Amino acid sequence: MSTMNDGKPGDAGLVRIDGVEKTFRRASEDVHVLARLDLVVPQGEFLALMGPSGSGKSTLLNLIGGLDRPTQGTVTVAGERIDTLSDRRLADWRARHIGFVFQLYNLMPVLTAERNVELPLLLTHLGKAERQKHVATALAMVGLSHRAKHYPRTLSGGEQQRVGIARGIVTDPTLLLCDEPTGDLDRKAGDEILNLLQALNREHGKTIIMVTHDPHASARASRTVYLNKGRLSNEPVS
Amino acid sequence: MNTLVNWFSQIGSIVKFGLLSIPQRRGSVAATVIGIAGVVVVLVGVLSIAAGFRRAMTASAAPDSAIVLRSGADSEMVSGFGRPQVRLIADAPGVAQGPKGPLSSAELFVIINLPKRSTGTDANVPLRGVEPAATVVRDNLHLVAGRMFEWGRNEVIVGAGAAREFAGLEVGSQLKVGRASWPVVGIFTANGGVAESEVWTDAAVLQGAYNRGESFQSVYTRLTSADAFQPFKDALTTNPQLNVKVLRQSDYYAEQSETLTRLITTLGVLIASLMAVGAIFGALNTMYSAVATRTREIATLRALGFGSGAVVIALMLESLAIAILGGALGGALAYAGFNNFQAATMNWQSFSQVTFAFAVTPPLLIQGIVLASVIGLIGGILPALRAARQPIASALREL
Ligand SMILES: Nc1ncnc2c1ncn2[C@@H]1O[C@H](COP(=O)(O)OP(=O)(O)OP(=O)(O)O)[C@@H](O)[C@H]1O
Ligand SMILES: [Mg+2]
Repeated sequence: MSTMNDGKPGDAGLVRIDGVEKTFRRASEDVHVLARLDLVVPQGEFLALMGPSGSGKSTLLNLIGGLDRPTQGTVTVAGERIDTLSDRRLADWRARHIGFVFQLYNLMPVLTAERNVELPLLLTHLGKAERQKHVATALAMVGLSHRAKHYPRTLSGGEQQRVGIARGIVTDPTLLLCDEPTGDLDRKAGDEILNLLQALNREHGKTIIMVTHDPHASARASRTVYLNKGRLSNEPVS
Repeated sequence: MNTLVNWFSQIGSIVKFGLLSIPQRRGSVAATVIGIAGVVVVLVGVLSIAAGFRRAMTASAAPDSAIVLRSGADSEMVSGFGRPQVRLIADAPGVAQGPKGPLSSAELFVIINLPKRSTGTDANVPLRGVEPAATVVRDNLHLVAGRMFEWGRNEVIVGAGAAREFAGLEVGSQLKVGRASWPVVGIFTANGGVAESEVWTDAAVLQGAYNRGESFQSVYTRLTSADAFQPFKDALTTNPQLNVKVLRQSDYYAEQSETLTRLITTLGVLIASLMAVGAIFGALNTMYSAVATRTREIATLRALGFGSGAVVIALMLESLAIAILGGALGGALAYAGFNNFQAATMNWQSFSQVTFAFAVTPPLLIQGIVLASVIGLIGGILPALRAARQPIASALREL
């Protein structure tokens, strides 16, 4: 179990995790979640991240997405060390490089589907007309053009998650991070989401890291790694 | 350039979420709006008393009119002149000339007792003796009922405020003056000014009735212009035959109203400040719950890259919007409830009643809105900072 670099030889990887530790300080005790962890995710990979509940999957994903910082070690994305960026630079960095897809979709209930998808574009320098064009493209890619003016509560779970994915890809981010994107959906709706993610990866070359509990979902990924007791492995632990 | 525009649209969209989500927490928002409205009603309401009193005291004081008192006298009550001095004052430079001579009215007044309509108890009312120029040395005097009293006869006209506040002052009724009864022959208005609280008669008649001989207490003059005041004053104060004090009427009344208006203002500001502290906690609570119910939404926006500065400003704006709504409501209620509310109070400088109307003026409404805004901003800052400082990763986990 050396480094988890399955990329081409010499490839620095789009994402590099080196010696990352993460400890949460809770009340009196320290919770050691990640222990000296290494991981390389090459450009264009669709990586599934599995492991028991509480093993630190979300924690690792948050470190890669710049939502949190490691206690030890470095996180490098597209050649840039992000663990040392200030909060403000990190927010800008996320806007430019990361698309997030959440288990519970996290759409704004007071906004229509297209306004939800537009949100990340408000952080770019695009004008209104251009934003509208990008929104239309993203909604078309997830097959929801006809639902553009609908509010989240009028959409099914699967549709809401497709809006979430459209929001995640509308800025054409370097990396799409999905935390249990099918965790709240039934099999059929989940399959549609997985089809979509797979297509984004295969046809559009999106690099995707997806946390999941579901072997059915991880089967769609190009590679699966397992997190257990703070460590990563290529094999599930029995 | 575009980044700035986008920064505004970031703020705008967060504000929009906040305002659109108000229906979901309408209870706490309504409580805050009403709380802030209450503070503003009290502030504006109390200050409208002071503003109304000040307005009444200065309503008929024209800038080109003056009042002359004996030197050292703070009010007409303690002032006094004889006929020769009055003549010197009327002949001073700067006094405007009418068809019948200088526009100068030497006056005196006595205090009579009349029952208040509201309580039936006696209160002090000034009975003022005036000279023919009295109606032109003041602004905005109009007879609204009956006629002017005849010079040399035992007749009175009554200010509209006094007629409203006290019993037995209708046209046709008899006013008890000493042992005699004088008919009320007319009612006049003075643009809500202090003269409306008085009863007027001929100065010479009053002097006779009260054994005042040829003595007066004050001289009211109309000057040729506002600029004529200084030379007029200089001429009188340097005249060795006179020992007088010369004031613009507006300054005199402003001074007369100062004690009471300051007292009321202090009281109003004090009460409103105490209430404002309570309202701040209300706003604080509302915004904390606004932030709490939107923890995940705000964390999501920040995950997408929205800046914490934009979050803070947006939440402050939301709090401000709620507060201004409360302020506007309070201002409207104060206006509806207090503007033109008729009242009478003791004017301590003349020991007599002044009738006046509460005045909810535009500056007061602005003060009310400003106070509401301050409450909103203070109440919003801590919740906004909390929302912006919350670690995104853990906030995202909240449902
Ligand atoms: N902000 C935090 N403060 C304290 N402890 C935390 C924090 N975030 C996570 N933890 C702890 O770290 C551990 C890993 O949490 P994490 O959410 O990464 O697990 P997970 O693998 O995503 O689990 P699940 O499959 O249930 O989502 C858990 O024990 C959790 O309680
Ligand atoms: Mg998780």
